[in-house]
Amino acid sequence: MKAAVLVFPGSNCDRDLAVAFRNAGFQVDMVWHKDSDLPANVDIVGVPGGFSFGDYLRCGAIAARSPITSALRSHVERGGYAIGICNGFQVLLETGLLPGALMRNAGLKFICKPVVLDVATADSDFTRGYKLGQTVTFPVAHHDGNYTTDEATLARLKGEDRVAFRYAQDVNGSVDRIAGILSENRRVLGLMPHPERAADPALGPADGRALFAALAATRVAA
Amino acid sequence: MKARVHIMLKTGVLDPQGEAVRHALGTLGFEGVTGVRQGKVIELDLAETDRAKAGADVARMCETLLANTVIEQYDVELL
Repeated sequence: MKAAVLVFPGSNCDRDLAVAFRNAGFQVDMVWHKDSDLPANVDIVGVPGGFSFGDYLRCGAIAARSPITSALRSHVERGGYAIGICNGFQVLLETGLLPGALMRNAGLKFICKPVVLDVATADSDFTRGYKLGQTVTFPVAHHDGNYTTDEATLARLKGEDRVAFRYAQDVNGSVDRIAGILSENRRVLGLMPHPERAADPALGPADGRALFAALAATRVAA
Repeated sequence: MKARVHIMLKTGVLDPQGEAVRHALGTLGFEGVTGVRQGKVIELDLAETDRAKAGADVARMCETLLANTVIEQYDVELL
């Protein structure tokens, strides 16, 4: 089980994500944004949180055009797994690998606190460790987490059971309280809350651990 | 040649920042502001001298990087 964690200038959750992967049993390589190839036989690519390129232009916009992102795109198009958390979710949307966009929070404030999420589907290799409708607590830390998309795409996401997590209560104005979504093949997850920051019981709530454990189990089975 | 790109949120996309500015204007006593939309302006210095080609180049830059066409629309002005 191999994970690659991308590192951009301004990434600040890359090491947390690597630790969460390692604790779940993954071998982890850190991959610099200027590299044009992923290490061989990578099972999952993690796009971490942070403020890549200072959030210049738009959050995630410049990272989404980095050399390594072409390799990420090929990996996903081959059916590879990817997870984008917070700024990583913004990057995945900017690459077009997931639909929609993230706008400034409706309250215009940076929000940094633990939030309660409803697991909106257990039918994915990311969320198999949870029960549908179960609540989990992950921290959020973002200024631009207000998910938006057109009505047709929203209907499609809901119809195809691709909303992975919803905020139990409105946090940032996201349409339909969406906190995280899956790709069509259910192998790419993007979410604003941070499961990797809730993955070690020594540091507080550890609801995120089941996500990484489920991923690790998937790859063993595959 | 210079190009100026105006990027605005598409009609129908809620603009929380514009709404906050509208609210602040009301608080300051400026009445009758019924809507505020906030966008950005990007100026480019171009080596290209052919206007048609420059316009096409900048449009491609907008599609590729400068605008997120999921939520934004752009308008290119050649100076």
